[in-house]
Parts: sequence; C-alpha cells; structure tokens
Amino acid sequence: MTLDPHATVNPGSVVTITRRTVLTGGAALAAVGAEPLLAAAQEKTHRTVSGAAPVTLRVNGQRREMVLDVRVTVLDALREHLHLTGSKKGCDQGQCGACTVQIDGERVLSCLTLAVAAQGKHIETIEGLAGKDGRLHPMQQAFIDQDAFQCGYCTPGQIMSAVACVREGHAKTDADIQEYMSGNLCRCAAYPKIVAAIKQARDRMEPT
Amino acid sequence: MRPFAFERADDLAQAARLGTGTGQGQTDAKTQYLAGGTTLIDLMKLDVLRPERVIDIGPLRRSHDFIDVDPAGLYVGAFAKMSVVATHPGVIEGYPAIAESLQLAASAQLRNMATLGGNVLQRTRCAYFRDPTWNACNKRNPGSGCAALKGYNRNHAVLGVDDSCIAQYPGDFAVALVALEAQVDLTGPQGPRRLSMESLHAPLDGQPHIETTLRPGEIITGFLVPAAAWNRRSLYLKVRDRTSYEFAISSAAVALDLDGESVRQVRIGLGGMAYRPWRSTEAEHSLMGKVLTEANAEIAAAAALNDAKTHGDNDYKPELARRTLVRALLQAKSKSLTAGA
Repeated sequence: MTLDPHATVNPGSVVTITRRTVLTGGAALAAVGAEPLLAAAQEKTHRTVSGAAPVTLRVNGQRREMVLDVRVTVLDALREHLHLTGSKKGCDQGQCGACTVQIDGERVLSCLTLAVAAQGKHIETIEGLAGKDGRLHPMQQAFIDQDAFQCGYCTPGQIMSAVACVREGHAKTDADIQEYMSGNLCRCAAYPKIVAAIKQARDRMEPT
Repeated sequence: MRPFAFERADDLAQAARLGTGTGQGQTDAKTQYLAGGTTLIDLMKLDVLRPERVIDIGPLRRSHDFIDVDPAGLYVGAFAKMSVVATHPGVIEGYPAIAESLQLAASAQLRNMATLGGNVLQRTRCAYFRDPTWNACNKRNPGSGCAALKGYNRNHAVLGVDDSCIAQYPGDFAVALVALEAQVDLTGPQGPRRLSMESLHAPLDGQPHIETTLRPGEIITGFLVPAAAWNRRSLYLKVRDRTSYEFAISSAAVALDLDGESVRQVRIGLGGMAYRPWRSTEAEHSLMGKVLTEANAEIAAAAALNDAKTHGDNDYKPELARRTLVRALLQAKSKSLTAGA
C-alpha cells in the first residue's frame, strides 16, 4: 500500500471528520483489508495476474500508481482507492451514466471498465474540470445557473457527458442534445434544465 | 464478481493461444475475451458469466480498427468502435443501414466503448438469463427448462424459437449485416477463415447454450459488406419503447435495388423479433420483380412472419414486425439518393 499514501489509514493519526471522510472511510478500511494481496502480486510478477496487480492510471493529469485486485473497475479505483468520489456509482451495470468519465478524451462508463485494462490511460473526472484557480468549468457554472439538478447524484456524470457532447459537436439542437445525452439518466427528471445548461455552456466553451 | 486470472494479448497469435477455453457462447466457458467490456463485465457482475481467465484483447485495436470503403465493398476491423463506424462519411453514404444500425444503438458512452466484434456477440437481454436466481434457463443451465415460456415474455423472440428457449437476439448491427450478406473474418488456433454472417450465430436446435459457430480460441477480426446495387438504398428502422437508448422491440434492415417502381433486388433483415440475427428470404422472394406498393409490401411482411410463434405477452410482436417492415420498405423506396450514385 506504500504506492498510494491516500489509500492507507494510520490508526494513530488525528483525523478531522468531514462529510467527505465519512463517505470515503469505508473505502479506506477496505483498502487496509487488501494488504495481503500486495504480497501475492509481488510473487506473481512474471505470470498470469490474478488477485492483485500493479496499475498505473493518469488521472486529471497526475500519474497514480496503485495495487488493485484485477476485478476493480476504474470507477472503484477512483472512488475507493484515489478517494475521488465525484464519479458516482448508480446502477454499476452500465445503464445509468452516473459513472461517466473521459478516458483518452472520450466519454465512457467507468463502471464497465476494468482498471487493469486501462493501464497508462488518461482519465479525466469531474474533479479535474475546474481551472487551477478554482474557477468552475463553463458546464459546471451552467448547471448551477440553470438549476439543472435536484438531488445532484447524476450531475457529475451528466456534466462529464455534456462536456464531451459539446466537444463532439452534438449539441447544436435540442434534439441532438436529447439524443446524445440519452445515456445519462436523471431520476429527478431535470432533463429540460439540463438541456438549457448545455446550451448555455455550449456558447461559452472554447472550441477544441 | 468472482476472481479470475487476467492476461493481455498483444497480437492475434498470442490471443488464439491463450483463448482455447473460450467455447461457443456457453456461460460456463472457462475463458472469456475482453474487448470493450460492455457485455462481459456486466454479465460477470451479474454472476451469469464466470470465467476463470479473462484475456484482454483490447491491444488488437491498434491493428484492427480500420474502415475501408472501396469498389469491392465495405471492410471494417472488428475492433473499430461503434461510434467511429456510425459516423464515418463513407459508411453513411454507401451503407446507410450499417451506419444507422450502429447510431441507433446504445448510448454515446457505450458506442465509444463497444467494438464491432463484441457488438455482434452481445448476449440476450432475457431477464431470466440475466438473473441467476432463476434456475430454469437452458441457456445458462442446459436441461433446466425455460422460465420465459410461461413467464414475462413481452420482449421475447417469435422467430427461430422452440420450447428450449425464446430469448431474443438484442443487437441491431448484426441484423443489418445479415441483410446485406456480410461476411465475417475469423482467426484462431487453426488459422484464419471466413464465414457468412448468417452462419456465425448458431440456430437454436434445442441447444440454446451453444450460441455461435466460433471454434474455441477464434476471434472476429473484421466484417466485409460486399458492394451491391442495393446498399445505397438501404436503411435501418428501429421501433423502441422510448426514443433513444433502448433495445428494439421491432426493427427492419432493408436494402432495395429498384427498376423504376419495380423491385430488381431486395434484402431484408428483422431485429427485435428472432432468436438470432434474422434474414427473411421469404419476404425477399415475395417482392422480387413486383411493383413495390403498400399491398405488395404487406404480402411480403406476412411471408416474413408466417412461422412466428408467440407466448402470451409477445402476441403483439408479429403484427408490429409486419408494420415495421412495410414502413421500412416504403421509406427505402421513397429515399432520395444524392447525385454521384
């Protein structure tokens, strides 16, 4: 676990409890439980990998090294191991779009992507969207301005998908937006406001 | 998800050597190939597929994601992504049924992930197949029966079925491929071979656990849609319960070569209706040489559904299929082809 200091819990350390640490605490404990897997991985360097494997992902421009069970998806690697809990686990079956991230520039479902099969790839999550000065991405600002959510659970996936939708050139009309955003479900049915937000951001995003 | 051993294949030879346990679609196959993952990872999470080894063949994308449109036809690599092929100008213009079948499927995210080879091998959406808490599923547990026969079967197949299984083939792209007489290229432990798309999916014959005619270790490397006079006047019409991001409850791939108002040649595939990607030569023969009127289209559609067998909730399907096919034929007839044909 030395590869990723954020994935360990030091029982002696002082922990400030925030909502986020409560949310991710279960994940950190799960990571401690994975400790024996590291030894197994080191023994198996030159053979078929089962159990744990060294995985390197480039997340929001940063190289992140982890040792992960081969079953871990990119979504679980982000949430449970890197503590990037912005990407949400909705259905975990590739049906709802809440886990949408961009891998090598394309929007995909992180819940159906094995981390070990994404070695070395560039992953962009909602956490990497705002500018370095903390200024929100035009799509994030548009979702706030247009009140494009109620409970907010699907919102990170909606925003990651929406940014790609505009970049792909699929946000020219309402019908286009509806078609190309159909992979992101919103159980609060904020759809009309999501369309409005995408139109606002479309006109403010720099062409790429 | 159950534990498995993970291996990566960097080329076809390595993949074929590692993949000898892949079977022919049996859910208990010891080895599974992983490409886009949109079927495999889903079904492993559901505990339907339980491979002991997963061979990542994603690296083959580097050599097999080509799209070639030339006088011989359309040749696409099996590792090309759905999204790329669906929006390729040469495919849209020359093979609209192919482009539309891909564009109308899944969501933008899934189309960015899924490969063409994986797409044609996607598994049925039968709820009893996808839920292992149901014991009776001949596809999962040969000899256990079929829970759908007397269960909830609103979106189950009416063509190519018997009492062993009424699961529906859910895909769109393969329906367009069989209609356009596509061929599929394979490579495996015994070398390369080429099959017609129609013979890739095994007929039911009381053996729903055997889904394909692939030999163990074989990988789909590409698809060839031969050049033909009917390709440009082709389309894929998909009827769904919602406007987008949904499987077909009925679909039709049609391709027409017209001599004035008369049918010189026609090719017809049906989706959302059958046990496997379905071509209706009965409907094709019925239209050959005839003037393409609504009445003649209805006669052809009746021929296509002549052998339909329903099971209660899906009693509506044959009529929906007939109307879908009639509409598709008339739309294809009235389609205006731009200059440069």
